[in-house]
Amino acid sequence: MLGDTTQNLALILWQLSPELILLLTGLIILLVDAIRPHQADQGWSPYAALAGLVVALVACITLLGQPPATVLAVLTLDGLALVAKILALVSVGMVALFSGPYMQEHSRHQGAFYALLIFATLAITLVAGASNLVLIFLAVDFLSITSYILTGYLREDRRSSEAAIKYFLYGAALSAMMLYGMSLLFGLTGATDLHAIAAQLGAGTTEHVTVLLAMLFVMAGLGFKVAAVPFHQWAPDAYEGAPTPVTAFLSLGPKVAGFAVLARFLLFALPQFQVDWTTLLLSLSAMTMTGGNLIAIWQKNIKRLLAYSSIAQAGYLMIGLVAVSGGGLASLLFYLAVYLFANLGAFAVVLAMSRGELGEQIEDYAGLSQRSPGLALAMLLFLLSLAGIPPLAGFVGKVNLFVAAVNEGLIWLVVVGVLNSVISLYYYLQVVRQIYLLPPTSEEPVSIPRPITTTLLIATAGVLVLGIYPSLLLPLIETAVQAFFGG
Amino acid sequence: MNLPILSIIMFSPVVGALIILALPEDRHTDIKATAAVASFISCLGSIYAFFAYDHTLGGIQFEEQMRWIPGLGVSYHVGVDGISLPLVLLTGIIIFSGVLVSWVRDHRPREFFAMLLLLVTGVFGTFVALDLFLLFVCYELAVLPMYLLIGIWGTTRKEYAAMKLTLYLLVGSSLALAGVLVASVASGLGTFDLLELAKVNFGPAFQAAIFLPIFIGFDVLGGLWPLHTWSPDGHVAAPTAVSMLHAGVLMKMGAYAALRVGVFLFPDGARQWLPWIIILTAVNVVYGATVAFAQRDIKYVIGYSSVSHMGYVTMGVATLSQIGLAGATMQMFSHGIMTGIFFAAVGLVYRRTHTRQIPELGGLVRKLPFVAVAFIIAGLSSMGMPGFSGFVAEFQVLMGVWHTYPIIAVISLVGVVVTAAYILRFTYMIFFGPLKEEFQDIPPTSTLEKVALMFMCAFIVGFGVLPQPMLAVIQTGVSELLAAIR
Repeated sequence: MLGDTTQNLALILWQLSPELILLLTGLIILLVDAIRPHQADQGWSPYAALAGLVVALVACITLLGQPPATVLAVLTLDGLALVAKILALVSVGMVALFSGPYMQEHSRHQGAFYALLIFATLAITLVAGASNLVLIFLAVDFLSITSYILTGYLREDRRSSEAAIKYFLYGAALSAMMLYGMSLLFGLTGATDLHAIAAQLGAGTTEHVTVLLAMLFVMAGLGFKVAAVPFHQWAPDAYEGAPTPVTAFLSLGPKVAGFAVLARFLLFALPQFQVDWTTLLLSLSAMTMTGGNLIAIWQKNIKRLLAYSSIAQAGYLMIGLVAVSGGGLASLLFYLAVYLFANLGAFAVVLAMSRGELGEQIEDYAGLSQRSPGLALAMLLFLLSLAGIPPLAGFVGKVNLFVAAVNEGLIWLVVVGVLNSVISLYYYLQVVRQIYLLPPTSEEPVSIPRPITTTLLIATAGVLVLGIYPSLLLPLIETAVQAFFGG
Repeated sequence: MNLPILSIIMFSPVVGALIILALPEDRHTDIKATAAVASFISCLGSIYAFFAYDHTLGGIQFEEQMRWIPGLGVSYHVGVDGISLPLVLLTGIIIFSGVLVSWVRDHRPREFFAMLLLLVTGVFGTFVALDLFLLFVCYELAVLPMYLLIGIWGTTRKEYAAMKLTLYLLVGSSLALAGVLVASVASGLGTFDLLELAKVNFGPAFQAAIFLPIFIGFDVLGGLWPLHTWSPDGHVAAPTAVSMLHAGVLMKMGAYAALRVGVFLFPDGARQWLPWIIILTAVNVVYGATVAFAQRDIKYVIGYSSVSHMGYVTMGVATLSQIGLAGATMQMFSHGIMTGIFFAAVGLVYRRTHTRQIPELGGLVRKLPFVAVAFIIAGLSSMGMPGFSGFVAEFQVLMGVWHTYPIIAVISLVGVVVTAAYILRFTYMIFFGPLKEEFQDIPPTSTLEKVALMFMCAFIVGFGVLPQPMLAVIQTGVSELLAAIR
């Protein structure tokens, strides 16, 4: 008996190892930061965070081959959860890597910053695996609160504080909405576990409309996290005001979390309601793509442009969600990976360009191709990948999503998707225009700190390799999520 | 010896581009030499492939296939037949000549030649691709560098022209992409392979619905009226070599893809829509010629002339007849070279006179006899004069149209007449008559420029006087395509 318990405990520890490692890392960073004298050099903290993230990543990879399992009755460990966790860890790893110089310049409290970042990542990993309403809510709120603090981290910067308040107010309202929806679901089914809810709903519920309403509220809350239209209004201000590394984090982390849990909802809790969801998600997807892209055209600030670009990208990801039952899940996860490299790469360039007050307006990039050709080329590749131009990864990602959509008969969604890609190209080319076509305002090359160069190399490799040889990643993801669809 | 000749042709430019990007900014001669070597390899390869193709055997030759993205049903599958082979040859000729003509370019040559070579890889790839995913990758690879090439090194309203061209072409190709995705999924084969998809019998209603976005989407690049407006502005704004490539080769890419993907895969859809589309092509021919006549900027003349001559291509395709399609393919080749000569000539004149306004030019035959002769040769071909390849092309197209839609043939003849009018008029105004004072001391044509011009003219005259080698290849390809779609 005791042997069994020990074995069980060991198994649970292994299954929860990424979360535990992250928790430990965060606590250690906080502790060390508290102990060390205030003026001491804080350059160690990003690397401590990175170390923790790498160890957690290794833990996730060791868990990959395992059959799906439920942990502590509230968490599910399956392909979706693990891939989402890996994506989140890689994203935050890159953020930790390139954020060092910026945070060093702008803040005196780096230790706490990285601890918070780690805790936010912990939240994401919990969200990715959560299969219980209560845990989903707790984890999503955990992510939200850490995100608010991170957004407002630069206390002396008015824009940072303003961004945080807006994010908080908006998020609090939508969080409450989500909780209300969840309570409705609980009331109707008497269960908080997603599978149990599915069973109850499948047994023939009388309150069809109420279920719809409940799910709408839940989706509002989750749509807020991924910045889908019409729950996106916080994003441009939050992205613009937050410290740039936080913006980079916001553009990736919550999206991974949000889409993972949305997919889980659709796949676990509501299989029979899928018909209704198609129309709703379809419209959300189309609105998000188009809205994000159209407004992005007018932007003069690169962070706001990337914010609206992120909103539109969420729209493309939603295509994968609409088609989630037929190959859409794998294409969604693959596109997240592709988007990760391109978007974080773009933010790395923004960080490299940010010196003092400069580097946030698109016109600051004028003539970059003549000042720093390598940096310019990297940005070109990232922007073209985001636009979905071959031979970059974004093209393969989009084709994948579109094929999944066509498989479900969603041809008009594909048409909207391709046309949106062309619209997005227009504003991405506005940046390219500055970089390549216009003369530089200063002749000196941009000095790029080493960590940012490393990130740029990783991101460039990502968009090129995944574009030319996506078979490196695509089959892995497809195998991982196969368990959902009966092997 | 089983050399992967098509891959060599296709990848030599991109390898050249990568080498160039690694060179220091100021090593101009090395950069240009690399570009010349890379393009020469492709050119030589395409000439070899052309003459090594066994037209008695026919079919797809020099085929290569490799797994690429099994998850999507995509493979690296290339090959040429009688229709794509002349276009590969065309591309080889034009890129090599283009590099030679660009030799004096000294503003950021590294990026210029890198972009140019990258673009050409995409063009070669489109012509030889037998997998639709590969075709799209190459197709769009050939569009994006245009934005930078025109935007950085272009002239008149370059930013406007660059953005307009890029967005226009991408809308077209995106619609075609959507169509292709639908077709691929609908086939149930889970593949993007062109030859596999050709065996599928799609229902007539489906074909009719899907043919239009695919054909029109691609033929935007082919300059189909009224979706041609990106073309004159684009040609005018682009630097010389880019104009040569664009009007000479890229526009053919559009018509070719429309044929290869639209007509080949969805023949019933083609039969339904082409009788309407042929009307648009007649407008192309007449409208293009008429507007060309009214221009004062010589590059605009050639730009609209291209719109006009590309009309013959789609017109020939729309006849779905042996002679019409043969004429269309011949026209793609012939016009490609011809327009390459035109733009090269104009570029050389502009470099020396710094003006493209026809009234300001004149008498240049005394200073640039080589250029004048080349221009005249191209002009005669453009008018459809026997002895030049343009005659072989236009004659066949018009014969094909006469058999199927005689009215269209008659309308097109108006275009032929107007073309003759503006060619003769502008040739006279630019090269003959009095020579202006300020042009007395312009430098003569350099050796490299002469080589480029002679090289291109050789093909126009050669295939005009002896069209048989070219026609044999083309006829094989056309008859096979027609047999396949019966």
